[in-house]
Amino acid sequence: MTDLAVESASPRHQADSDTQLAVQAKGLSLTFETADGPVHALSDINLSFDKGEFVSFIGPSGCGKTTLMRVIADLEQPTAGSVLVNGVSPQQARMARDYGYVFQAAALYPWRNIADNVGLPLEIMGLGAAERRERVAKNLALVELTGFERKFPWQLSGGMQQRASIARALAVEPDLLLMDEPFGALDEIVRDHLNQQILQLWNKTKKTIVFVTHSIPESVYLSTKIVVMSPRPGRIHSIIDCDLPRERDLSIRETPEFLEIARRVREGLRGGNSDER
Amino acid sequence: MSADSQPLLARMGPVLAVLAVLFVVWYGSAMALNAPFEHDQNQRNGVEDLSGMAWVGAVLNQKRPVLPAPHQVAEELYATTVKKKITSKRSLVHHALITLKTTLLGFGLGTVIGILLAVAILHNLALERALMPWIIASQTVPILAIAPMIIVVLNAIGVQGLLPKAFISTYLAFFPIVVGMVKGLRAADPQLFDLMRTYSASNWQLFWKLRLPASLPYLTTSMKIAVAIALVGAIVAELPTGAVAGLGARLLAGSYYGQTIQIWSALVMASVLAACLVALLGLVDSWARRRMGQQT
Repeated sequence: MTDLAVESASPRHQADSDTQLAVQAKGLSLTFETADGPVHALSDINLSFDKGEFVSFIGPSGCGKTTLMRVIADLEQPTAGSVLVNGVSPQQARMARDYGYVFQAAALYPWRNIADNVGLPLEIMGLGAAERRERVAKNLALVELTGFERKFPWQLSGGMQQRASIARALAVEPDLLLMDEPFGALDEIVRDHLNQQILQLWNKTKKTIVFVTHSIPESVYLSTKIVVMSPRPGRIHSIIDCDLPRERDLSIRETPEFLEIARRVREGLRGGNSDER
Repeated sequence: MSADSQPLLARMGPVLAVLAVLFVVWYGSAMALNAPFEHDQNQRNGVEDLSGMAWVGAVLNQKRPVLPAPHQVAEELYATTVKKKITSKRSLVHHALITLKTTLLGFGLGTVIGILLAVAILHNLALERALMPWIIASQTVPILAIAPMIIVVLNAIGVQGLLPKAFISTYLAFFPIVVGMVKGLRAADPQLFDLMRTYSASNWQLFWKLRLPASLPYLTTSMKIAVAIALVGAIVAELPTGAVAGLGARLLAGSYYGQTIQIWSALVMASVLAACLVALLGLVDSWARRRMGQQT
């Protein structure tokens, strides 16, 4: 009897663990046909990670990290291989509004004030005015922008604009947050502050976050998993687990554990670049 | 740094200087062009030419000068606007209002047609290839040649009065609107389009919430151009309709009877009208730019 129970439980457990995967890519490739010949943006990407993880893609320019994110978001179509997002195809995930996307530029609509910008995806989803107002207020509070509802984007600093765009992505209440170098254009002080905020947010909401970055300290500070990529063709060089405690503050960046992981990432980046020579 | 912070005089200075030069050139030209007629006249009558200021006064105050002097045009304008009732057929305001009505109707129609064509072109690339050459070709046909045809053809099917004239305005005005709107509807930042895709927005939502608002400054700029040429269209349209009413009619009647002062005052009235319309749309345009978040 007990054996039978274990038997019957195990396939179910298997199924459960499958649905726990936020992203699962197998043999994924993407080649752009250009006038100068094909560009291999992504080559044989195999990658999977669980829901609730904070995954960084790091690598030099042209390594395909943004392209990989855009494939996950169904903004680009792979030429080979398969990818599942929350267990379904990227298109289904997009249709179900399973993810929120934050671009490098804040990409706020210049003719909408901050509240209307954050409310835009909610309008498109067809939510009522009352629920829109409530969600806008909640998410603006989350990124500490309460009181700026009536301001227009140009009246805000770069950091505040980026926070507004994060609030907009969160307003959809997605399980998955895709962030493409969201703090790349900001100065280091603002960046540190926003890094702390995004970590707190991740802790509070238990969302899966995929984060593209150029910065080694940023990737180590934020991530549970660091995907080191290398260019021409864009591919994964190594995946480094980053098992620092979930609760982190900026001082963790001086600890030996942190520096050790950073060293491994740096080596991975160096290795990835020397491959081609 | 901006023009607003400068004192009024400093801002007006260049404008006044140009105006002063214009007046000098105008008076000089009027003297040069009208003097021969005065001289011939005197010779025919066997009279000696006057001298000094009296000669200048005579030359600049002819009844039908080749080139009227500014003060003659100003007098005529004053006489036909302020001193005449608007209802009078000799009132320039009466004629200007008729032309204005035609212009506004033609401009309005042109704007609507222009926007509709731009939307059609946007949603159908084949349509762009099919329509654009015709739209461009339409503007290469001289309006003076085609205007009488439109009037005659429309008259034959019973369309008379304001509408045929307005159609000629429309014919000119829709062009900048189409070109501006096609560009404007595609002008939004590519990231904003990507964003709409991540929300899986419908084409309808994409149009109303992104394309249309992003195109608004392009539309208002095009409208500024369109209203000026709509006025030209209205004046041209008044010529073949028998010169009954409107600024175009005043121009034509003036040239029939050699009333150069009347022609010039109609011209001045037309340019004042154009300036007012363009300035008005300029205000709309800068409002739209501010509203759409463009910093100027």
